[in-house]
Amino acid sequence: MELVEAIILSVLAASTPLLIAATGELVTERSGVLNLGVEGMMIVGAACGFAGAWLTGSIFIGALFGIVAGTMMSLIFALMALGLAVNQVATGLALTILGVGLSGLIGAGFVGERITPAVHLFIPGLTDIPLVGRVLFGEDGFVYVSIALVLGVWWFLYRTRAGLILRACGDNHVSAHALGYPVLRIRTFAVMFGGACAGLAGAYLPLAYTPFFIPGMTAGRGWIALALVVFSSWRPGRLVVGAYLFGAVTILQLHAQGWGVGIPSQFMSALPYLATIIVLVLLSRARSGGSTAPAALGTVFVPDR
Amino acid sequence: MQLVLEKRAERSGTIALVSPLIAIGLTILTMVILFAILGKNPLLALHAYFIAPLTDGYSLQEIAVKATPLVMIAIGLSLCYLANAWNIGAEGQFLIGAVAGSWIAVRTQGTDAGAWVLPAMLVLAAAAGALYALIPAICKVKFGASEILTSLMLVYVADLFLDYLVRGPWRDPHGFNFPTTAEFDPVATVPLLIEGGRLHLGSIIALLVVAAAAILLARTIKGFEIRVVGAAPRAARFGGFNANQLVILTFAVSGALAGLAGIIEVAGPVGHLQPGISPGYGFTAIIVAFLGRLNPLGILIAGLFLALTFIGGEQAQIAMKIPLDVTKVFQGILLFYVLACDSLILYRFKLVFPNRQVTRGAG
Repeated sequence: MELVEAIILSVLAASTPLLIAATGELVTERSGVLNLGVEGMMIVGAACGFAGAWLTGSIFIGALFGIVAGTMMSLIFALMALGLAVNQVATGLALTILGVGLSGLIGAGFVGERITPAVHLFIPGLTDIPLVGRVLFGEDGFVYVSIALVLGVWWFLYRTRAGLILRACGDNHVSAHALGYPVLRIRTFAVMFGGACAGLAGAYLPLAYTPFFIPGMTAGRGWIALALVVFSSWRPGRLVVGAYLFGAVTILQLHAQGWGVGIPSQFMSALPYLATIIVLVLLSRARSGGSTAPAALGTVFVPDR
Repeated sequence: MQLVLEKRAERSGTIALVSPLIAIGLTILTMVILFAILGKNPLLALHAYFIAPLTDGYSLQEIAVKATPLVMIAIGLSLCYLANAWNIGAEGQFLIGAVAGSWIAVRTQGTDAGAWVLPAMLVLAAAAGALYALIPAICKVKFGASEILTSLMLVYVADLFLDYLVRGPWRDPHGFNFPTTAEFDPVATVPLLIEGGRLHLGSIIALLVVAAAAILLARTIKGFEIRVVGAAPRAARFGGFNANQLVILTFAVSGALAGLAGIIEVAGPVGHLQPGISPGYGFTAIIVAFLGRLNPLGILIAGLFLALTFIGGEQAQIAMKIPLDVTKVFQGILLFYVLACDSLILYRFKLVFPNRQVTRGAG
């Protein structure tokens, strides 16, 4: 029982950064913008988040640093892809290359430092319930924020007028523009939201997952988050399922290594990446009938006047 | 009053020509600011980065050595990007090529195998790189899976596979437990061009690749198809060009070139297989491809320039203690400026004085 609880807890912890980053990217993509720079925004969020927490001693301020850093990175993307109508794929790649360099530069002074990781919730009585107590009432703040974030995004996209307009921009920017909606402004906000989430997701890693910063610590999680958005068919509900499934794969391979299964550790470590490819193939195949992607995703829009 | 983007009636030839230069100028300006923030003398830093490596023969050779893999990979990537196929996993194809070629080197080690070893290594590496690149290409064509994500995921897989080999079955038994194979035999090593120097045969191969790509794009029907499918997919469909086939072809070619670059790096400057054989050549090559405007000759120049930043970065680290990550930041910023300046080929800025009624919603 103890082990089951421990596994569920670690799966939640491994899934949370994926869920946060993917939720942000989902909103960005729903507005019609493909920002491939999630990995770059996350890694800068990780470096700045750790720097903020180490300098101030506050996890909360660290998280804020991460959010601000991710948002600033996304603004560079918005300036290029929306302001200058540059190819979004190329811009996203550039953002990741820049982010990896920047995070190394920012984080260089903090390698080897440690902080006290984010505290976990404790409610006497509730947290002590066997099996489910710690899972439901004993997580760190990021986990609850990630759940609230998905719920909020679901509500925003499907229950508000603003969400409807955002989806309209993603499906047909020409019509949305003709109806008088400021397509580029809406997309800029969506990109910024994606950046803020990616920054927070990156900050989660050194603030709660491991209490120290190492260069390259996002290890492709940003790219997996992008794959998760495809997996989710651009729907928040499925994103939760996908993120927890991927978290489970990550944790299972770690435990398998711990149990001394006779497979080289490198092959186990490759599992999450291979799983991503397999899932992408299976899903893309299943929907060969018609794509569920926002129709205008990744296309350049320059309003005519 | 508002600054807006407006499509030009036709693409601007002047800007197409000078935009890489503007981009480099803007990048250097940004670097001056960054150096100042880091508390380094910007002029000395720029000298260490861009001038010092050009002043001695050893560094000049080293630039050519670094440019070799960059140019070879970027040529392949440019074919993909021209055809609108997004291979961003060249780093993985590079590593798999290095692994496949090393297999022959490791198996023939210490035997009296003859001069066939190196050619066999090159061929096997190219084939392995091509096959590895075909995985995302086929997933894309058959199942519609995003080639961007699958090709990138395979980079991590290749990295782990190489790590497993050099820590496990291929580890040098006399290597004091370091994760590396034994030094390759002379027959499994890329010959040097200058005795005692650094320049090796791979640079010649890279030049041949550039020439071949230039001919392919300018003089052959396949080259024309590649350009049309990327630039005007609808026209290509009407023309009866098979876009899927071109995705497969360009991925295979770029994978083969990346694989070839991988084994040349391992059997040349490095001399054995070990983790970290690439300082991100596969990713830097993306910048090279764009800075060279997806044109073979442009890529050659861009490859030499980015190789200069690698060597300059190392010298700046030694001479002025400037962190190596500055080179990566520099390369990222450069790509941004290149893309931004390229946008001005198709668009121009225009000041508009909005009339209230129209802009209320359209802002």
